[in-house]
Amino acid sequence: MSDQNVHSQRLSWQRLRALTVKETRQLLRDKSNLMVGLFLPVVLILVFGYGLSFDIKNAPVAIVSQDNSPTARDVISGFYLSPYFTVTQLRSMEEAQRLMRAGKVEAIVYLQSDFSRRLAASNATIQVLVNGVDANRARVLESFAQGAIAQWSNKRAVAGASQAAAPPVRLETRLWFNEANTSTHFLVPGLIVLIMTLNGALLTSLVMAREWERGTLESLFVTPINTGELIASKLIPYFGVGLVGLAMCLLAGKFLFFVPIRGSLILIVLISMLYLLVSLSLGLLISAATKNQFLASQIALITSFLPALMLSGFIFDLRSVPAIVRAISTVLPPTYYVEALQTLFLAGNVPGLLIKDTAVLIAASIVLFVLIRINTRKQLA
Amino acid sequence: MNATLHRIAILIRKELIAILKDPRSRLVLVMPVILQSLLFGYAATFDLNEVPYALLDTDRSNASTQFVSLLDGSGVFDRVANLSSAKQIGETIGKKRALIVIHLPADFERNIVSGRGGVVQVIADGRNSNTGNVAASYVTAAVERFNTQWNELHGGSAPPLRIEARAWYNPNLETRWAMIPALIGALSMLQVLMLSALSVAREREQGTFDQLLVTPLRPTEIMIGKAVPPILIGLAQSSIIFLLARFWFGIPFQGSLFTLYSGLLLFTTAAVGIGLALSAFSKTMQQAMLYTFVLLMPMMLLSGLTSAISNMPKAMQYLTYANPLRYAIDLVRREYLEGAGFGYLIHDMWPLAIISMVTLPMAVWLFRHRLV
Repeated sequence: MSDQNVHSQRLSWQRLRALTVKETRQLLRDKSNLMVGLFLPVVLILVFGYGLSFDIKNAPVAIVSQDNSPTARDVISGFYLSPYFTVTQLRSMEEAQRLMRAGKVEAIVYLQSDFSRRLAASNATIQVLVNGVDANRARVLESFAQGAIAQWSNKRAVAGASQAAAPPVRLETRLWFNEANTSTHFLVPGLIVLIMTLNGALLTSLVMAREWERGTLESLFVTPINTGELIASKLIPYFGVGLVGLAMCLLAGKFLFFVPIRGSLILIVLISMLYLLVSLSLGLLISAATKNQFLASQIALITSFLPALMLSGFIFDLRSVPAIVRAISTVLPPTYYVEALQTLFLAGNVPGLLIKDTAVLIAASIVLFVLIRINTRKQLA
Repeated sequence: MNATLHRIAILIRKELIAILKDPRSRLVLVMPVILQSLLFGYAATFDLNEVPYALLDTDRSNASTQFVSLLDGSGVFDRVANLSSAKQIGETIGKKRALIVIHLPADFERNIVSGRGGVVQVIADGRNSNTGNVAASYVTAAVERFNTQWNELHGGSAPPLRIEARAWYNPNLETRWAMIPALIGALSMLQVLMLSALSVAREREQGTFDQLLVTPLRPTEIMIGKAVPPILIGLAQSSIIFLLARFWFGIPFQGSLFTLYSGLLLFTTAAVGIGLALSAFSKTMQQAMLYTFVLLMPMMLLSGLTSAISNMPKAMQYLTYANPLRYAIDLVRREYLEGAGFGYLIHDMWPLAIISMVTLPMAVWLFRHRLV
């Protein structure tokens, strides 16, 4: 083995350059590569920025009121004024339930015929029924409905219409780092993670596997090229594509979606480069280990992309998952990249967190590099 | 007619062997589906089992102690730190030591007693605004409990108005109930699309597709032979996820199997139609894979899987009309959780049929008109 590689122990810049130029040309000539590398980020930016939102607006709600008193109408007008609801007013509960079954309304607010009489006796009830199929949305809708009603009853208490005093304790909530409470602000940093993962793992996982499948890798092994040069030449062009994706995301985040960047931009770029290295190496490792394009793409999807979407704390909080799932997410690099980016974008430079995240990413890239070398070298012998 | 059926049956058999003969491929068709269902079933939840909070109690009165013991006794709030000054709030939240800081100001009890009303301040980490909002809503519930308790103890009047909230179909509003039925469509589509996209492209790359075209098989027969195996595999994967949902996660199935599977059959056929059309269009396997991926991503994200379609701007909503997964998720969720009958799901079914009727003939046409 060492005899075979006697010429190639030292890195040769000339060989590296030649190989890199070849890889870059190959990358640029295949339109499908560029589609994933450059077109997909644009699509994702638009989808994430405009399509994905956890903020509810204009949810269709049916209000059934059998009470025609001014008080009841006053309660209902609160729903008409709220930006969260689009109200349909109905006479009968049967009709409302039919609409809910047909998926035409997402919630029903029900006031009984004796509502105002019972309110005078401090014994009134308003029923709020929500369709729980989309649980998260249902919960938010429920609290918005309660909010609309509470607002009305506070107004009433202030106006002195009721005997009851203000409630003993009120709540004042502030959402730090995201005062506007828009989900776009945390979705855009997450989007960068997805695009970096995609570029890295999916594109590169196919590169090496394709060469194995076509047998061109074996012919490379008889040339003086050493493993390090081979790996580097595969990484460099895709690293470039990744950086272009990053730049597009940052620009879109700043100028299209107005996401604040409270930390340092340089740190964002540096840590993104580090993560890009990790995900590129993961892709190369997958393709070196499977040597088959179909398997490589499936494994890349499962080990890199889906965890980045679902297990990184980007959409779903990791605090509520069972210990075993949390253990899995602690060994996945995207978890740390998500944390670092969300912090850098929305909170600012928090040294304690960032040092930890950086250290983990460096460790991950070293481990992956060693694994790639082992997997590629084995075939040389 | 018989000869046609015979030829198609042979092609189906050959396709199934091609997909299933490699043990690694077999594994890749079964294991990820199971693993992902389990993983996402547990991970994909917006509910918080535990809210780590830091307490800043500057009042240190009876009332504030009562409020804190109500929080600590709730089983949801987990006190991770006691702060002594407001200056510490920044660091506690910034370093993610706590998700929220609860601040009881110095005049907390005084204001309650005087009738002006005390204030509980909550500072939540908005880096994931969704989580922050959920945590804050838990504090709202705690405040309401405290108010009721306080009024009972101190003879305040009961609130004149009660709100009774109930959720249909998912009484405890568990995210998992919404997520796992949706996965029945989403996870199987991932692989079905990829499999069908590779099927023609692989033969093109290896040069065997030309040979197939000169056999007595007509293009439509080739299409059927190529479409049936991934449809079967897709339905098998959906069934695995369905069984996990029903028996591992114990989510009660309200609908009828017949309606569910008619919907799934339509959906899988539509997905295979898209895959085959892409496959017939691509020159190499790599192209087929990457095109599929470019399509798959927006399809997953704009399907209602993680965020509701009605939240999207109108233009985006129109785009989702071409997305089979959008109909499948609505259909499976409603059939599974609501037991909505055939009549309520027709509006999900006919678009799926149309997508199949467009993409499958398109694949047939591309078989002949894109020879490379």
